[in-house]
Parts: sequence; C-alpha cells; structure tokens
Amino acid sequence: MKPLNFTAAALAFAVGLSVLAGCHGKESLSPFEIPAEFDLSKQYEITFWAKNDTNKTQTAIYEKAISDFEALYPNITVSLRLYTDYGKIYNDVITNMATNTTPNVCITYPDHIATYLTGTNMVVPLEGLFHDKKYGLGGSQVSFDSPALQEITPKFLEECSFGGHYYALPFMRSTEACYINKTYVESLGYTLPETLTWDFVWQVSEAAMAQAPDGTFLVNGQKVMIPFIYKSTDNMMIQMLRQRQAPYSSENGEFSLFHDTAGELLLTIAEHAKTGAFSTFKISSYPANFLNAGQCIFAIDSTAGATWMGTHAPLCDISADKLTEFETAVMPIPQFDPENPQMISQGPSVCIFNKADSQEVLASWLFAQYLLTNDVQIAYSETEGYVPVTLKALNAPEYQDYLSRCGEDNSLYYDVKIKAAKMLLDNRDHTFVTPVFNGSASLRDAAGQMIENTVKSVRRGETIDREYTEKLYQDMTSLYRLDQISRAGISPASSKADLGKLPFMSVLLLSSLGGAWTLIILYVIFQNLKKR
Amino acid sequence: MKKTASLLLAFALALACAGCSSPAKDSGSADAKSPGVMTYEEYLAADLDTEVVIEAYVQAKQSWWDNQATVYSQDKDGAYFLYNMACSQEDYEKLTVGTKIKVTGYKSEWSGETEIIDGTFEIQEGNYVAEPEDVTALLGSDDLIKHQNKFVCFKGMTVEPAGQDDSENPAAYLYNWDGSGQEGDDLYFNVSLNGNTYTFTVESYLCDSTTDVYAAVKNLNVGDKIDMEGFLYWYEGVNPHITSVTATK
Repeated sequence: MKPLNFTAAALAFAVGLSVLAGCHGKESLSPFEIPAEFDLSKQYEITFWAKNDTNKTQTAIYEKAISDFEALYPNITVSLRLYTDYGKIYNDVITNMATNTTPNVCITYPDHIATYLTGTNMVVPLEGLFHDKKYGLGGSQVSFDSPALQEITPKFLEECSFGGHYYALPFMRSTEACYINKTYVESLGYTLPETLTWDFVWQVSEAAMAQAPDGTFLVNGQKVMIPFIYKSTDNMMIQMLRQRQAPYSSENGEFSLFHDTAGELLLTIAEHAKTGAFSTFKISSYPANFLNAGQCIFAIDSTAGATWMGTHAPLCDISADKLTEFETAVMPIPQFDPENPQMISQGPSVCIFNKADSQEVLASWLFAQYLLTNDVQIAYSETEGYVPVTLKALNAPEYQDYLSRCGEDNSLYYDVKIKAAKMLLDNRDHTFVTPVFNGSASLRDAAGQMIENTVKSVRRGETIDREYTEKLYQDMTSLYRLDQISRAGISPASSKADLGKLPFMSVLLLSSLGGAWTLIILYVIFQNLKKR
Repeated sequence: MKKTASLLLAFALALACAGCSSPAKDSGSADAKSPGVMTYEEYLAADLDTEVVIEAYVQAKQSWWDNQATVYSQDKDGAYFLYNMACSQEDYEKLTVGTKIKVTGYKSEWSGETEIIDGTFEIQEGNYVAEPEDVTALLGSDDLIKHQNKFVCFKGMTVEPAGQDDSENPAAYLYNWDGSGQEGDDLYFNVSLNGNTYTFTVESYLCDSTTDVYAAVKNLNVGDKIDMEGFLYWYEGVNPHITSVTATK
C-alpha cells in the first residue's frame, strides 16, 4: 500500500465514523444567520403552537391572524396547534426537542425557554432580527405595519431577556387580581381599603367563618364558604416573598426558598387553612366557581381569568341556579407594604425555534412579528384582562375607546374584565418577574407546592411547625431535584455544563483517529529508517 | 407412613389446584376485603381529607404522566376515581381492565367529584369487569350522585345542538366546551331526555381521537337517538365521560 493511499484510507475511515456518529442521535443545528433576502418564490410551512384560555374568541383571533398573514405572504402557510395549558406545551416541546420536531413559533413562558436552551442552538436569539433593517421590527421589507423596537413596552420586552440575549417577544401581559365579593365584605362590617393588605384579607376571611347553629355560614346562608381561594400558589409564595423582600432566586441560578420568612408565611397560611378560611384551586376548585356561587369572598386569579368572575360573567362553569347576585371589586393582590406594592408580571411570550433552513426561520420571525400588530394585539387583549405589549396598540384610539366603555355590556365591555386590565395598566411599574435559568421552572413549582402541601397537611390534621417545614423543604428539594439546578444560571448548550460520559460512537471515533495517527507516524518513521 | 405421605400429596394437590384456578370474574368472593381495607360503605362514610384504604378493580385508565396515573376503578358496590396516583410507567402497563388493586390515599372532593388523591397502590390477585349500570332513569334526580364514577349506560337519548358550526348551523358537538379547541381535544355534546338537556363529554385523555367513540361523536347529527356507555364523572354537576356511542336500536 502506498503511503498516500494508507493515509487517505485512514482519513476516510475517520470521516466515515464521524458521519456515522453524526447520524446517531439528534443532529445539532447551526446558529441561525439572517438571510440577506427572504425568498418569496419558495413555499414555507410553519407550525404555531398557541395557548388559549379555553376561549373561542381567542381561537378565532389566532385563526384570523393566520389568515391575514397568509394573505400578505402567500408563500407561507401557518398551521395552528392549540393548547389550553402552558405546562402541556412545555412537555410537548421537550418531547419534540429530541427529534428536532419542535414547532416554528411557540407561545411560552421564559422559565420554559430556559429549559429549551439546553438544546444546542434550539431557540433563536432575536436581537439580530429586532434590528435587521429589512425584516426587523418596523423593517423596510416587512409587508405589514410592524411596531418599531421602541414601540414595545420596554419593561415587557426586558422580561424576555436572559442569558445576555432576547429569546422571546412578549405577546400579552397580565398579572394577578383579587376579585372580591364587595357585598359580603360590607355585610360583615368592613370597608375595602385603598390598598388591600394580607392582614385585611385574613381578618375578613376569619370573620366570614361564623356559622349558625345549623352549620350554615352567616354571611351567605349556605353550607359552603371558603372566604379566600388562591388559584396559583406558586405566584402566591413568590409574591409574598418579594413583598417581604425575602430571597428567592438570582440571575445566576442561585436560589434561596427555604428560609425563616418562607416558614413564617407557611405557618400563617396553615393557621387560616385550619379554620377553613383559606384554600387553593388544586385542593378545592376554580376560585371563580366559588365566588360566583357566593361561597368565596376573595378570589385571586389571573387578570386573564376576569371574564369568569362575577355574577354577570360572560363565561361561567356553574349552573344559573347557583349564581348569586353581588358587587365585584377588582383590586391588586394583597400587600405587606401598601406604600410599595409588588405584583407579578405574567402572560404569554413567543419564541422561535431554529431550523436547518434559515429562510424558514425568517418566515417564522415574520409571523411572530405579525402577532405584535395592532389588529392582533388589540383584539386578543380584549378577550380577557390582558393588556397589549406594544405602546402602539396601547395608545391606539381604538384601544382607548375600548377602555373608556367599561361596563357598557356584559360581553366585550364587561366591567370586571376592563377593570382588571386597567388595574395592570395602572400598576405596570409595580410588576416584577423572577430570574430565568435552567431550573427556574422547577423552583417555581416547588414554591407553590410548599403551600399546597401545607394546606393539605392541615386539612389532614397534621401539625404544622418548624419541624414540619424542615421536612417539607427536604421533600421539595428531592421532588423537584433542586439540588441539581445548574449553578451556571442560564445555560445554553454551549456553556460549561457537565455533558456526562462520552457516547460509544464518539469514543470509537476518537480511538480510531488516535490509532490512525499512530500508524501514520510509525509508517513515516519506518520509511525514514528504510531510507537510511 | 404411606398414609401420611398420601395425605400430604392430596393436600398439596388441592393447594396446587386452588392456586391454578383462574382469577374470579365477577365471582361472589370478589369483594371480600382484606384486613384493614374499607368496604365501599365505609369509604362513603369516611370524612374528606382522611386516609382511606380500598380494594377495587381497574375499569379504565385515563392518563399517565410524570409517574402519576388517573384511573377509574370499581368494586361490586361502588366506584372510586383514583386521581394522580403514584405509578411507574411499568406498573401502569400492568393496570389492565379488571386488575385488582389495593389503594391507600386520601378522600377528597374537587368541584363535586369525590376522588382518592395522593394514592399509592399494589396489585392483587383477582379480576372483575363491571357491567354498565343503566342510570338513564336517574338523570336529573338526587340519586344519580350515588352512582358517581361507576361504569354506566344511558339509553334512548336525543342529540341536541351543542352550539353552532362555522356556518352558524346547529353543531352536534364542540371541541372543548365552547368550541375553542380542535381535533384531539375533548368533545362536548348535548343529549336530552324528557325535555331536560345534559352535557356529556368524550374526555380526550380517556378516549383520544383514534378511538371509536371519538369518531362516533363526530358523526352525530342533531336529532339522532343514541345509547351511551361511560363513567359517571362529576364537574359542578354530572358530566359523564362517554366511552361508547351507538345508535338506538
């Protein structure tokens, strides 16, 4: 065998192994690069995984947005897949990451994106696209009235920035509201304060537990009364900690959830769960069902659930004969420090998944950007107590007119819904988000589960004390694998995460390369010795 | 000695025969409860949020996710909805219809649905598949809830409009309760009897879009007379999870 042929054979062998290794398992994507031109001559089919609040109007708005967008870009077809649960989208995305069959555009939460980023180049960083002169926000080649970057509410945009990149566009924003049966509060002899406090809510809730000798509650004359029900207990714990200026988590993935303040909060919650004055959605049911039946006084749920709240709510799960007549007040969640109110900012954002064809990604970006147009923003925000994320939509006469017509009817202008949206608009500067990192979704789950477990334990007659909370912390750490949360914070796959043992094919490839080079060197030495 | 040996052999043979006998199918002994296990009556009487220990037979599996299974189970006296019971995927495969299990958990109620939560289970010897119980005559009565979670049937009901389709014609079913869903989501449809209308559901986790019942409901027309089988689930009132639909004979 000639030396050249031997080397070529060795290299060919190595390359062959490399290809085989590449074919084994999922193929990594190259980083997305913005094409110079969008190819209008080719057809692109993109998938959009969207979340609605089990609301037919929202589905219709998504469908109309797709139809209008396809009319503008006849070479792009958008296929809609609907979900009613962020958690289900998250699970399905993770399942599809393994086979590179993620959607193109996906409604999501930043906490979830942090997990998606564990896939190499899986999620497209958007800052390059934001600023692209042709196809960026307000770009010259965009076929619709796209908002400029400065027309997106800066605070909402910042919520999509983590790990040094923008990985999402905000789509809608909401917060939590306390929907109150004001009629019952007043019948108990109380007046709603200007700012709701935890002390006030607990006090009124306990007062509402007074019963007649026959077991009916005095305030409503019914056998059932849970004065205070919280829908999302993860938000409850996170906001309570924030209001108390207690630690929770930091940008670099460090967290501190198990401390004295958390323990103190759990003991207070347990005290009111014990009397039956407090419960949760997971334990009892939707706060709206109890509120509308006159069996709850303080129902805390998203502003995006406002159309379910109140006697005349356009959406309702309970039968008409169970509805009670009462006045609904909409207020920010209770506070520890009324002078410095704090509430969570939440709501759907949109991320774009990378694909091998950069033109397909550009098509996805154009569609994601279309979701920020006034037509979509205003229409969708009016379906619930959402607010648009662009200043352009917020300041549009059409949207301002909508806000001004609060209470004109019990559908589009339903007062509770518009009050909820206004409440968020009035409190934008008091909203916050928690740091996003790989594991922040689990930490959030643990925060809520601590409350759920505590309330369940109280109802089961267990003693809630320091010993209980210490055990609870251990259980949460184990259940949510909090001891395995990356200390590196946000960790795109390119970071220094421990990748574990090398796969067999990689070991074989490296060994073959080593063997080939050894043989080449030996051959060269042998030839040199022969020449001498 | 021979006599003793013969006796021992006969005893061993009898034991072996007993061991080889097929699992009881709806046998009279199927509901003999093990020590420490509640009867259905005791379960019914138990307070909410107290620990319960029951033995029942799997009638349908609704879902498995993240090592938690949701299962319809029943004994000869009543039914038990087992919500998010701890269960490995391997064990979930073993929970075939009729499988006897012993469940320890907490009695709970969510929107009117009585269920066992935070449960654990162990598989036991025994097998029982419940026949559907006809509860048509109980619709609208206070007695219906006594059959909650059982495998039941409804006969001779009439399909009523569930809403409107895209062309604003009466629709026999909707994806999700208000039509906001799409293929693969729950199907909601209305059926009436004696002037009263009830909402029934094909729960997509229990019967997904590949099942016969899903296809059957999509083929319904307003005015059709149908018989149905399913589980008597509750959500703010009766909300049966239908598993089969046939045209009335």
